[in-house]
Amino acid sequence: MTLKKKRRLYILLTAMLGLGGATALVLTAFQDNLVFFYSPSDLKERPTGGRTFRLGGMVEKGSVVRGQGTPVVRFSVTDFKNTQAVVYTGLLPDLFREGQGVVAEGKLRPDGLFEAREVLAKHDEKYMPPTVTDALKRASGSASEGEHAVTTLKRN
Amino acid sequence: MFTELGHYALILALAVALVQATLPLIGAARGDGRWMALAAPAAIAQLGLIGLAFAALVHAYVVSDFSVLNVVQNSHSTKPLLYKISGVWGNHEGSMLLWVTILALFGAAVAVFGQLLPLALKARVLAVQAMIGVGFLLFILATSDPFQRLDMVPFDGNDLNPMLQDPGLAFHPPFLYLGYVGFSMAFSFAIAALIEGRVDPAWARWVRPWTLAAWAALTAGIALGSWWAYYTLGWGGWWFWDPVENASLMPWLAGTALLHSSIVVEKRDALKSWTILLAILTFSLSLVGTFLVRSGILSSVHAFAVDPARGVFILWLLSVAIGGSLLLYALRAPHLKAGGLFAPISREGALVVNNMLLASATATVLIGTLYPLFLDVLNAGKVSVGPPFFNATFVPLMIPLVVAMVVGPLLPWKRGDLPGALARLGVAAGLTAVTMIAAYWLEGGQSALALVGIGLAAWAFIGALAEWAERVGLFRLPAAQSLARARALPRAAWGMTAAHAGLGLAIAGMVGSSAWTGERILLARPGDTVSLAGYELKFESVTLVDGPNYTAKRGHFTVSRGGAALGVLEPEQRHYTVTGMDLTHAAIRTSAINDLYLALGDADPSGAWTVRLYHHPLVPWLWLGGLMMVGGGLLSLTDRRLRIGAPRLRQHAAP
Repeated sequence: MTLKKKRRLYILLTAMLGLGGATALVLTAFQDNLVFFYSPSDLKERPTGGRTFRLGGMVEKGSVVRGQGTPVVRFSVTDFKNTQAVVYTGLLPDLFREGQGVVAEGKLRPDGLFEAREVLAKHDEKYMPPTVTDALKRASGSASEGEHAVTTLKRN
Repeated sequence: MFTELGHYALILALAVALVQATLPLIGAARGDGRWMALAAPAAIAQLGLIGLAFAALVHAYVVSDFSVLNVVQNSHSTKPLLYKISGVWGNHEGSMLLWVTILALFGAAVAVFGQLLPLALKARVLAVQAMIGVGFLLFILATSDPFQRLDMVPFDGNDLNPMLQDPGLAFHPPFLYLGYVGFSMAFSFAIAALIEGRVDPAWARWVRPWTLAAWAALTAGIALGSWWAYYTLGWGGWWFWDPVENASLMPWLAGTALLHSSIVVEKRDALKSWTILLAILTFSLSLVGTFLVRSGILSSVHAFAVDPARGVFILWLLSVAIGGSLLLYALRAPHLKAGGLFAPISREGALVVNNMLLASATATVLIGTLYPLFLDVLNAGKVSVGPPFFNATFVPLMIPLVVAMVVGPLLPWKRGDLPGALARLGVAAGLTAVTMIAAYWLEGGQSALALVGIGLAAWAFIGALAEWAERVGLFRLPAAQSLARARALPRAAWGMTAAHAGLGLAIAGMVGSSAWTGERILLARPGDTVSLAGYELKFESVTLVDGPNYTAKRGHFTVSRGGAALGVLEPEQRHYTVTGMDLTHAAIRTSAINDLYLALGDADPSGAWTVRLYHHPLVPWLWLGGLMMVGGGLLSLTDRRLRIGAPRLRQHAAP
């Protein structure tokens, strides 16, 4: 082996080491760090296995109840077919409103209540998270009702 | 009238770009000097025309011309002037126009400042720039026309999303685009070099200033965006591993690798083929970044529109640009002459390690960002890849990078002596250990990772200073001699020290905010006192305030520590009347070592307000470190060797 080849080999080995290490890290991270998205209807169909997941849908009108003397908020997320009760401690994002799309990340408690660790509403008025739009469409099946709901809400 | 002129100028710019993309290239292939010479005036004409179009749109915003759809959708007559102007790029169409304006600016800069470039290289570089321009101008004219008029002129506009009405965010997109588009220069030079079949140290020296400028601008853009998120989102998070943030991080990582590998090309004439590939990849990631954000396939506040026609156009543009350049690379790169040899333990070797780690980190971020899209396309479920994934993949790759970052600059080119370099870092290692012990003593050892992080921060910061001390012979030589050496030190060396030390500071800020943050969320009434981390906040009152285009409830809190008054904090809960949106406006008290961060929420019926108080230790260092990195980039940009043409030009000018 010439010196040139030997040195190329070193570079190649470093490259393999780096990429191999990165691949290993990615694969292990995929094992347990993916967060799945569920609509309230999905929750009926497939179990979450106690893992953290994201719940998406609309904040049901009239469901928001603020705690007295504590910053605990309860509300329901709906896809107009099924509904899931949520409890969250903390300040809700500025864009959180009844009748608007929301995505919450957290876990299902043994009593069936969804305990949100984080409530995301990083979109503006005109915009609806695609995941939520999709969840509403799926819940309404092929009927145009869901689409209608989506477009009306978008217009609001 | 101005609006139509702007639209017309944009169409003319497309025609000029088509000429600039073809004739100089043919001229360069045939060796026809006149055809090649066409490139420079064409580039300047493009800047004139696109600049006119941009000015026309700015004008429409400033005078609140509500016959223009884009202005109606994103502006309002009561909006402050700064946000009328920043509203120009606070939407899809306008931001695309800003993109091509900056592209034209860079093209014209090469035409004007690149007088010492060989004619053929300059012609090819400008032709490639023009090709990018053609793609984007077509995209704007066909799918995203910012000059669309309305038949029925409304009385007033819809206002800009209040979250975007902020000084930090007003300048965030222009800096980000300066960075993204700046990497197009490295890309154009790389493509020109591939066509020419020649890469040498002179080429690297021509590319370097553009890459440096782009990198510094991108760093500033990312830092501004992160700072904005920190104070507007109401709880002091500065990075979320949101796809949109990742979209800007990927070109930054690849660009950082490019910045380092091009040093090897310049000084040692090695790693040429890899550097060319990196230049192509960095700009490709910038394109992917622009489009991931703009196409609306990712859900975020940045996603302005979900329009299938745009999505398809974008996909075509990406495949042609990235596919075409990679194909050219595959065909031509094997013909590039391989350069100098080096031992594994050497400055080159260290830079290879740097590139390897940065490239791997870029790849992990890319996988994490695109994986949800990928699963979605396969109908395998909706997932989101959040901070835990990136903490488990990105962070472990950064640790060896920071460790090596300090050692690398102490190794000589070609063949180095690792034990010798380490021996010279003894003091730095000792001080790092002291810092870690101090951190353990102050904050306790609940988080081992935080201690490792603070160790890395200290190592990077002190190591950078140690390398500088080594160069000037501090304490080793007489003071006068050290001073003379420091004066003679190239600006590029100063730049490196500043940027590396800045990274150290930034890491300390990241560790402080993620591991040692204190938080209190509670209901409080005026008259109550809240305490956190030794600070006492007395809730005095809430008053109603009128802003230009919002009304606000403003809380008044007096801050004290151990009985000594430190000032007032006035967080606001704003209501923007036109859009009907609410916005939390946090109040922050910054000191040299920490931030006190206060946000005011809603009042319950009994008159108690939700109050959120955070203590963020070391966070100011995050922005200070970012600033030092930008400063380092700019300092390096003023290095004499990058201005090598200047003295010669001056001689010409002198009589």
